[in-house]
Amino acid sequence: MSKATAGSVPIQKLKMPPWRQAARTSMKSISVRIGRAIITSSGIFLGVAFLSAVLTSSAVLSSEYVAKKFSISLGQADQVRNIWLVVISLLVATVGIINAMLMAVTERYKEIGTMKCLGALDGFIVRLFLLESGLLGSLGALAGALLGWGLMSLYYAARFGWGVFGHLGYAMRIHLTTHIDLKLPLSAAIAASIILGGALSVLAALYPSWRAAKMPPAAALRVEI
Amino acid sequence: MANRARGLSEYVVRAKDLLKDYQLGRYSVRALDGVELDIRRGEYISIMGPSGSGKSTLFNMIGGLDKPSGGTVFINEVDMAQLDAGELAWLRCRTIGYIFQTFNLITVMTALENVTLPMIFAGVATDEAMQKGAKLLETVGLGDRLQHKPTELSGGQQQRVAIARALANDPDIVLADEPTGNLDLRTGKEIIMLLRRLNQERGVTIISATHDLKMIDVSDRVVWIRDGKIERVEERAEIEVRVGQVEGEEAG
Repeated sequence: MSKATAGSVPIQKLKMPPWRQAARTSMKSISVRIGRAIITSSGIFLGVAFLSAVLTSSAVLSSEYVAKKFSISLGQADQVRNIWLVVISLLVATVGIINAMLMAVTERYKEIGTMKCLGALDGFIVRLFLLESGLLGSLGALAGALLGWGLMSLYYAARFGWGVFGHLGYAMRIHLTTHIDLKLPLSAAIAASIILGGALSVLAALYPSWRAAKMPPAAALRVEI
Repeated sequence: MANRARGLSEYVVRAKDLLKDYQLGRYSVRALDGVELDIRRGEYISIMGPSGSGKSTLFNMIGGLDKPSGGTVFINEVDMAQLDAGELAWLRCRTIGYIFQTFNLITVMTALENVTLPMIFAGVATDEAMQKGAKLLETVGLGDRLQHKPTELSGGQQQRVAIARALANDPDIVLADEPTGNLDLRTGKEIIMLLRRLNQERGVTIISATHDLKMIDVSDRVVWIRDGKIERVEERAEIEVRVGQVEGEEAG
């Protein structure tokens, strides 16, 4: 559909560049602002590190092998406390990411305004930021998970010996009745936290980048940093 | 006229009864108060006025960077208010090129990448875009600085890159907002001469909003704006007779 015009070419709807193009631009932005990128992903990094540490700890201490050999057992109260720790660490990570994403987008209002002047569609701007935040979030979550799980594993290996890892309990267990018994092994829990970290980062960037993309270019360019 | 034969309108921009109000807290400020302006194709026109006169606001309206509170802007006889987001993006990409006081280059990209960006948005193949970009940078005198990042270029050079970028998709209009605002006298003069040369060689309409009196020399028409209203419009001939020649000082 093109509108007639008295210019040299009829007006059309601009097409979105391919994902590959958005990816290339996002990677470039990250690589040039690597320090900034590290700070942005540190929120998710720390949150997931904490979460992984709690999950590892829970998996080791709920092990029957450990209970028998070292007379340590995880009571009902400990389980509830663990769930709380998990919830809080997730909240901390989320708040951290939202803040970081808000900052990351606001700092680049001028760049966004300029790109819109060059013909960037609103959707393209959003894609750029979602790709960036998704990448930073996933990498940060991966690094955090490795750190949290790694450190805790070393600690428990020193305390109980390496054998404990062959007899792990559950990282999370919600046992309400005989029928409602959710058991999550450590490997699955760690994988879930990494995926969750990446997903939360993308979600956190969604609103600020959508709002920035919708601003009229004059408003975006007017910003003084 | 050759333009008519190709189906091109005489006026590339027409503004009718433009109004713009800004909300500042509880107060409403009227930045534009019934502005009427017709800009001919191929013209070099300067909008001049003191700060707060509505110069930049008018610039934003004409360039599709903001919506007016009232009135209409026609670009190539198309009412901008009738365009949706995708068509507006197309307009900004293909029909209009922008030059800013603060250059506004993407700092993570080289000069060549900056110039090819609008072409990528227009869907041009990468190789073709790179070739055209290199040629444009040569035209503005930066053929040997293709791979430099904006931080490695002087102010004048950055503005040249911005000019090359503005011409990337052969637009009908180039909008320049205080193009010499951040440049010294000599560099500013060079940029103005460059814009005039491009206007004459390519027939691209140049609309600049500026304080710089050096711009008067090269303009076909000057629009004086004050308090949101157009005070007067002067043709080049009138200015020459009245003012003589406006000369900037030579620095050093």
